Amino acid sequence: MKEIINLPVKNVEEEEYHINMGPQHPSTHGVLRLVVSLQGEIVKSLKPHCGYIHRGIEKMCEKDTYPQIIHLTDRMDYLSAHINNHAVCMLVEKALEVEVPERVTYIRTIIDELNRIASHQLWWCSFGMDMGGLTCFFYGLRDREKILDIFEESFGSRLLHSYYTPGGLMMDIHPDFQKNVKAFIKYFRKKIKDYDDLLTGNIIMQLRTKGVGILTKEDAISYGVTGPSGRASGFACDVRKHHPYGVYDKTEFKEILGTKGDTFERYMMRMHEMLESMKIIEQLIDNIPAGDYKAKMKAVIKLPAGEYFQRVEAARGELGVYVVSDGNKSPYRMKFRSPNFSNLSVLDHISRGCKIADLVAIGGSLDYVIPDIDR
Amino acid sequence: MNFSIYDFTSFNQWIDKFLFDNLPAFWAIVVEMTIIGLVVLLFYALVGLFLVYAERKVCAFMQNRVGPNRVGPYGFFQTIADLFKLLMKELVYIKNADRLLFNIAPFIVIIASFMAIAAIPFAKGLHAIDFDIGILYVIAVSSLGVVGILLAGWSSNNKYSLIGAMRSGAQIVSYELSVGLSLITIIILAGTMQFSAIVEGQANGWFIFKGHIPAFIAFIVFLISSTAETNRGPFDLAEAESELTAGFHTEYSGIKFAFFFLAEYMNMFIVASIAATVFWGGWMPFHVGGWAGFNHIMDFIPPLVWYFGKTFFIIWIMMWIKWTFPRLRIDQLLTLEWKYLLPINLVNILIMAFIVLMGWHF
Repeated sequence: MKEIINLPVKNVEEEEYHINMGPQHPSTHGVLRLVVSLQGEIVKSLKPHCGYIHRGIEKMCEKDTYPQIIHLTDRMDYLSAHINNHAVCMLVEKALEVEVPERVTYIRTIIDELNRIASHQLWWCSFGMDMGGLTCFFYGLRDREKILDIFEESFGSRLLHSYYTPGGLMMDIHPDFQKNVKAFIKYFRKKIKDYDDLLTGNIIMQLRTKGVGILTKEDAISYGVTGPSGRASGFACDVRKHHPYGVYDKTEFKEILGTKGDTFERYMMRMHEMLESMKIIEQLIDNIPAGDYKAKMKAVIKLPAGEYFQRVEAARGELGVYVVSDGNKSPYRMKFRSPNFSNLSVLDHISRGCKIADLVAIGGSLDYVIPDIDR
Repeated sequence: MNFSIYDFTSFNQWIDKFLFDNLPAFWAIVVEMTIIGLVVLLFYALVGLFLVYAERKVCAFMQNRVGPNRVGPYGFFQTIADLFKLLMKELVYIKNADRLLFNIAPFIVIIASFMAIAAIPFAKGLHAIDFDIGILYVIAVSSLGVVGILLAGWSSNNKYSLIGAMRSGAQIVSYELSVGLSLITIIILAGTMQFSAIVEGQANGWFIFKGHIPAFIAFIVFLISSTAETNRGPFDLAEAESELTAGFHTEYSGIKFAFFFLAEYMNMFIVASIAATVFWGGWMPFHVGGWAGFNHIMDFIPPLVWYFGKTFFIIWIMMWIKWTFPRLRIDQLLTLEWKYLLPINLVNILIMAFIVLMGWHF
């Protein structure tokens, strides 16, 4: 009896408990596992556990040739597959000092931007679904389908394209490409208003996102949060603007910066970015120069010994590719600086003290793609 | 026998008389109860299945999809096929779950909604029981369902279920107030709690038109709070699938899951029927005071058509809301109730009482 009385009295109010969100959970968008410490409904801290879809892409790259590596980069951030390919292609071209035809840079830029729109559309779908509005999912996918159709027509695949090769493209674009892209832009400019009607202007959505999960500019810089998530905090990190590649220096577009850094701002960044991407495409689509779609390359690509780095603006942030070459046809070491990994690292910091529902909204606004985190 | 689709009273009395003439009183009552039970049960299952189908079609059309279209004409038998699938599925038992409570929970939920349906008047003379405290009974019985949800969340031994159940408990207890108070507004106008008397009272105009603005406000409040009470639409926090996987019924499978599912749809039907009965005249045709010819034409449309038309229209509104809005957060949900709906309701009751007192209503 005495022992029972002397048991330490736990304050139930302050007791934390843990739940596993994932690896199988609807809001983690893949096999991410978040161990969340909760006090009632309030998130005290969380630990992301990565590695459920780790395939060792960086290690696999070490025994693959450069054209083969392109196919692996598709599988990292599968929603911006073209942009990932672009990074590796540009790295090889820079190392070999190959001059790519102008037609190629134009087409690559247009397709990168189409890919960015498609990626943001899918983000919008899943963000709507995270917020509990299931209808968003179908509206977004309906429009994404149009872009995938354009991709399919030109180079046969819809998700993992591997369209770029070092020095150019796999094949030339379809004769209808320009016509279809213009038709899509016209279509999507109308449809994006639906997005605003359905979700952006919704009072419930605004209440749930404004002032939630605030990421300051300092934190964004120190955690390395790039892409729309970083720009929402006012961190000017658009690689397209500051280290232009492709033909971005010839086009006019705004780098939109937020001020508040909350979930709503991150949401609005992507909505604005879709409009900006359409603007870029509109400037380029009529001016694709004639010419060859591929530069002359050697049959076996060997990079001269040394270190190379190339970065691009992927749909979710800055993707860096770092290669150490010893002069062979495959890299000695390869490292990807994936945007999602850095973006995920901030999740614990900004979601402390908010509710479970907020955690889901913040996760949706950071827009992580799990295969890119684990690689 | 005198049967008409406009008045079921004589039909019911004929059956009653036939049974009592041919059987001893005790057995006549037993047979009557069995018949009523079976009819309500059948009706319950059919409406439930139809609503599941209707929701799938409505949500499909709102989402640019076709919806079920393979089983039967327009996929009409899809839900029946689904029911058989659920019936044949294995019931998974969880380790360390409270077996008794775990098994009882779905039955409590379904019994609560099953009992509520008994008091609803579908047409003149077509209701299982006509209380003089009908509205009070329905409110009391339908809020029993929360016990089942809490038990399900507690006994599942799953943290997601528990969070879902606690949310649901807070939600239903809060919104129960608004449902009750918005109905009281109309009770003041009608002067009775008996469903049949409420419907008869709307013979020369539905309460939503008779009661000026307070009745309309009460209807809006009732629609919002009843959506919350049935755990639907933007208020489906108890089963928020993107946060809690499936909330309180995460661990249920097979027919037990189907019970929760069916109960959700039947609660929606009950809530819509109460809204239709109390605000929109139930089975009473659309009448305009003084227009005898027009009223006569409206009387030709059978009451069942009026009743189901109104009910399904309100159900459609609830589905529309559900498939358009994102979900609220738990603190916003409670803020909405305690800071907005409840004060609005209380003021509304005062205004309604004043209007009735002064005789300003139509």
